Amino acid sequence: MTTIAHLIKTFTLWEFVKAHWLTLQYFFKPKATINYPFEKNPLSPRFRGEHALRRYPNGEERCIACKLCEAVCPALAITIESEPREDGSRRTTRYDIDMTKCIYCGFCQEACPVDAIVEGPNLEFATETREELFYDKAKLLDNGAKWERAIAANLAADAPYR
Amino acid sequence: MTSFFQSLGMSYEAAWFTATIAGILLIALPLMLAVALIIYAERKLWAAFALRRGPNVVGPFGVLQSFADGLKVFLQETIIPSASNRGLFLIAPIITFTVALMAWAVIPFADGVVLSNINVGLLYILAISSLGVYGVVIAGWASNSKYPFYSAMRAAAQMISYEVSIGFILICIVLWAGTFNVGGIVEGQRSHIFGFINAYAFNPLLFPIAIMFLISSMAETARAPFDLTEAESELVAGYQTEYSSMAFALFWLGEYANVLLMCALNAILFWGGYLPPVDWAPLYAVPGIIWFFAKILLMFFVFAWVKATVPRYRYDQLMRLGWKVFLPISLFWVFLVSGYLMFTGHFA
Repeated sequence: MTTIAHLIKTFTLWEFVKAHWLTLQYFFKPKATINYPFEKNPLSPRFRGEHALRRYPNGEERCIACKLCEAVCPALAITIESEPREDGSRRTTRYDIDMTKCIYCGFCQEACPVDAIVEGPNLEFATETREELFYDKAKLLDNGAKWERAIAANLAADAPYR
Repeated sequence: MTSFFQSLGMSYEAAWFTATIAGILLIALPLMLAVALIIYAERKLWAAFALRRGPNVVGPFGVLQSFADGLKVFLQETIIPSASNRGLFLIAPIITFTVALMAWAVIPFADGVVLSNINVGLLYILAISSLGVYGVVIAGWASNSKYPFYSAMRAAAQMISYEVSIGFILICIVLWAGTFNVGGIVEGQRSHIFGFINAYAFNPLLFPIAIMFLISSMAETARAPFDLTEAESELVAGYQTEYSSMAFALFWLGEYANVLLMCALNAILFWGGYLPPVDWAPLYAVPGIIWFFAKILLMFFVFAWVKATVPRYRYDQLMRLGWKVFLPISLFWVFLVSGYLMFTGHFA
């Protein structure tokens, strides 16, 4: 009996018919993908994207050159040099992040006592050359200026859970 | 068309020559356009089956995607491997492409609209589609590289295996229609079932071989479950591995022209070609070419549907299906159909 059933199934291509019916149902389902450059998925406030150096609202740099981020960075991507400024406060003269080394672990922003270095929500910073990914202090401060609003909002949103 | 050119004051020979050239251009150029659009359509279909969106950036809804790809390929450098056999390497894609176009000469697009209405049209199609394997085999051999060579051997065995059963299937159709003429076969399907359905496929005796022909034509064009010749997980890109630029594009175009041809053959042999599905006078108001294209597109949808559904066969399964299943069944069906026709005295 099972042999006969098997034969009938084989010659009517039953499994194939079933499979095609299944795929046809998927054919009419709504798309699972989004229209990427025009639509974007929501990001968590904790998303760790491109780095930025923030400033205080009065325009003063937050970074105090404590070098905790440099010390904690597991990929050794951060390089910091510092000197006292004219007013005697300690500031960085060099703050480089090699984005090709960075593993986006977020330890730097965890280590930072003044919330100066943060990983912002930007994930679209692909470049055409490798050199463009060696970020210096100017670039990082620029990122901070560009993304401050989003970064501040994200930090505020995440603050209750820290 | 010959008489049209004669009315312009040409001699018969010149008019015939011009008419033939015009006919060839009228078939080949729209076919190229159709191939470009059908590649886009196929990508969209697969995308839909996989819940993706498919190409949607180039032009409205991404319609120009194939043309962009074509332009990209066209602007690339043609790389000829130094170890390859230069002459054969370059001639292989040309063979594939030319052969894919040649078979269209006997395809009737509407009643009487055919480039060359030869009496053994089906035999011609069979001969041409057998020639198609040369392009692949020569490409694989001339590349002088492992994977193309494996692929070429597979392609040769695969195409020959399935051609055998296709041959027997065609014999059934020829027996029933009583003619090798492709247009004659289409006409033979007029009012075939219950006096009003125009298709052989609804004949219970011919339906199984319609399905078998569909499957064999997928194997013949090395598509979907039978795309072992370009199984990317084993053979990189098969016989196309060493090709680039226009040579690659020619393979591409030839492959899809072949797929379209097989869709057209399915439509012609089993689904009534340019006839409307039902023999009902108002349906004849729609030109035959529209019905024909609609049927081709429907077949193409089935091709894409299968490709999106079925995983690739293993090589021994492919051979088993060809030789141990299709060959005996199609042989038996020739016996069955001819016996039926003999006892009912139905011979046309």
